[in-house]
Amino acid sequence: MPRRVEHRARAGSLDQVLAAKEIVICCGSGGVGKTTTAAAAAAMAAVHHGGRVLVLTVDPARRLADALGLAGIGNAETRVPAEAFSGAGAKPRGELWAAMLDTKQSWDALVRRHAPDAATAEAILRNPLYQSVSGRFVQSHEYIAMERLYEIHGKGDYDLIVVDTPPTRNALDFLDAPQRMADFFSSRLLRWLIIPYRSRLMNAASRPFYQVADRILGTAFLQDIAEFFMLFQTMYEGFVRRAESVTRLLHDRRTTFMMVSTLEAAPLHEAEAFIGLLDERGYHLGAVVLNKVLPAYLRSDEGARVAEAMRDRAGELAAQLSKGRDDPAQLQRVLVEVAESYCNFQVVASREAEQEAELAVTPDVVATVPFFDTDIYDMGGLLRLGEQIWG
Amino acid sequence: MDLLDRRLIFVTGKGGVGKTTVASALGLLAAQRGKRTLVCEVDPKGDVSSYLEAEPTAFRPRQLAPNLWGMSMDTEASLREYLSLNLHVPLLTRLGPLARAFDFVATAAPGVKEILVVGKLCYEVRERHFDLVVADASASGHVVSQLTAPQAINDLVKVGLVRSQTGWMLSILSDPATTGLVVVATPEEMPVNETIELTERVQKETTVDLAAIVVNRVLPELFSRGEEEVFDALCQPARAAALEKAVGGDPGPILAAAQLAVTMRRTRVAHLERLRAGIDADVPLLYVPYLFTRLHGLRATRQVAAALSAELGY
Repeated sequence: MPRRVEHRARAGSLDQVLAAKEIVICCGSGGVGKTTTAAAAAAMAAVHHGGRVLVLTVDPARRLADALGLAGIGNAETRVPAEAFSGAGAKPRGELWAAMLDTKQSWDALVRRHAPDAATAEAILRNPLYQSVSGRFVQSHEYIAMERLYEIHGKGDYDLIVVDTPPTRNALDFLDAPQRMADFFSSRLLRWLIIPYRSRLMNAASRPFYQVADRILGTAFLQDIAEFFMLFQTMYEGFVRRAESVTRLLHDRRTTFMMVSTLEAAPLHEAEAFIGLLDERGYHLGAVVLNKVLPAYLRSDEGARVAEAMRDRAGELAAQLSKGRDDPAQLQRVLVEVAESYCNFQVVASREAEQEAELAVTPDVVATVPFFDTDIYDMGGLLRLGEQIWG
Repeated sequence: MDLLDRRLIFVTGKGGVGKTTVASALGLLAAQRGKRTLVCEVDPKGDVSSYLEAEPTAFRPRQLAPNLWGMSMDTEASLREYLSLNLHVPLLTRLGPLARAFDFVATAAPGVKEILVVGKLCYEVRERHFDLVVADASASGHVVSQLTAPQAINDLVKVGLVRSQTGWMLSILSDPATTGLVVVATPEEMPVNETIELTERVQKETTVDLAAIVVNRVLPELFSRGEEEVFDALCQPARAAALEKAVGGDPGPILAAAQLAVTMRRTRVAHLERLRAGIDADVPLLYVPYLFTRLHGLRATRQVAAALSAELGY
């Protein structure tokens, strides 16, 4: 695919990026705060830009789900109650909606849509293999997330959709998922699998496969698989066309990606690799959010000097400062501990700063979010985080 | 039951909590204690070799250090090994495309790919090639399907070679003296939630014994009893000003950093308490401190191994 560098907008802040886009896909490795960041960006857009904003989330922490009114709702899109905003002292111009991604439910809906008739749909849904397979099909979560996005976007109900992506072992999985799904349905192997079910006729190419597969898995199991795939193949055309549409939507100018990472080595390397791939494939990278960054005061040279002085002269300082109020020995220990702790955190903060400097890419927006010392689980917290990335 | 006296340890946890570090450290510790140990990377990313500063691992176990071997899982190679051991297939030369085709079916058919992973691990245990096999297993979402693979295959496949192989695997996996699961968590909200959910699923859906929870990156308690009041007093403007004068520089950042450390620790302690309450009391929690200096590499792995050693009472 050609590099489409001109596709990158020259925006200066997340505010501008979100104003210009209809779809924001939030990606990054596990544990970096992707879900929270996606929800915060959506909440900010609802507050400042107005309109109807949807956050499509995968696996929010229970308290966050509660805050968004998502508990026990599953696939349905629900409006985040206005009280959530007023409770946080915010007056949103628009509406915030939220939906959770239920892979099983979405698969069932997909089968019903693409099956040629209701009877085939029911046969697939009843198939014992489908039951377990729909949970772990070829990148099934990744595919279904993109599929769901396409469906919701196509309804035209929202001005902005922010998507939180499922944790993947390989960040590319969900970009490739639509294509892989199409490949899967058109593969030669799938046809091989169906042969014994359709006819007794086996060609020279498929026979060795069956001979071995038979001995390993047994004929009955192979028959089950074949039946399952044959039913599934009735949905081939719908699936492939759909997968192509989803891929087109991801490349659309109205779609952008928001990369979330912490400044730890592993997630950051993954983020860098992913950013490179987005560019290579002509996807639009709108923003990079660096999360949980330790405060800048931990990196000051003056701070290091004072901390060292506090540690080295703790006894003298304690004697001078206690003035009969505190136990000087105790105060001395506190001074040493506090100074040591500063030095410890300074090592981490310096390492983070170095990692940030090494972030080779220069995306349009890099927002850093300071380390919040408490968990974010309500609208107030989301908006506090949102302020940091809004620009 | 001593953790390292088992023969097979699965290490899992949410992404980003230090699963591979802990698996490498357990391997290193066992090797140091004289056990011939194999560390197997189930989702190979090459991390195990970098955490042990050794050559890249491959499917065939490679010695990384005294008593310590490493391998990376490869389901295609596992299938090939299995077939050559059990089937004596005449078309072995053509196994390349066949294995790829099989891989394709395996992706869709539940349990097949997983059983190639678990089967290889159990095989190494059964053949006694090593005293201990430590599997850097899949992340928590996926590990249950690996651990239940033999049962799933038993239920789905009625006849065939695969079916006949599940019995001995089940007996290895179900014996708590042989096999144990270690879940790695950090004292944060989502990792703790996921750990509690995972342990419930493991106990309900699998026959594998939950051997221990490793709590990684535990922040040190900054102050002992009474010291926090002294610190709070020190933060008062007048005292802080006096300190500034005495030390000859602004102590603001140092005091702020200590406050941050105290709050972080407090939030994490709350999650730790939730974890302890959510896990059976007889499952030990092993604490590994947050390493300020290095998070990755052999140095970090050694420090984690030392912390685990102390926690295990060695």
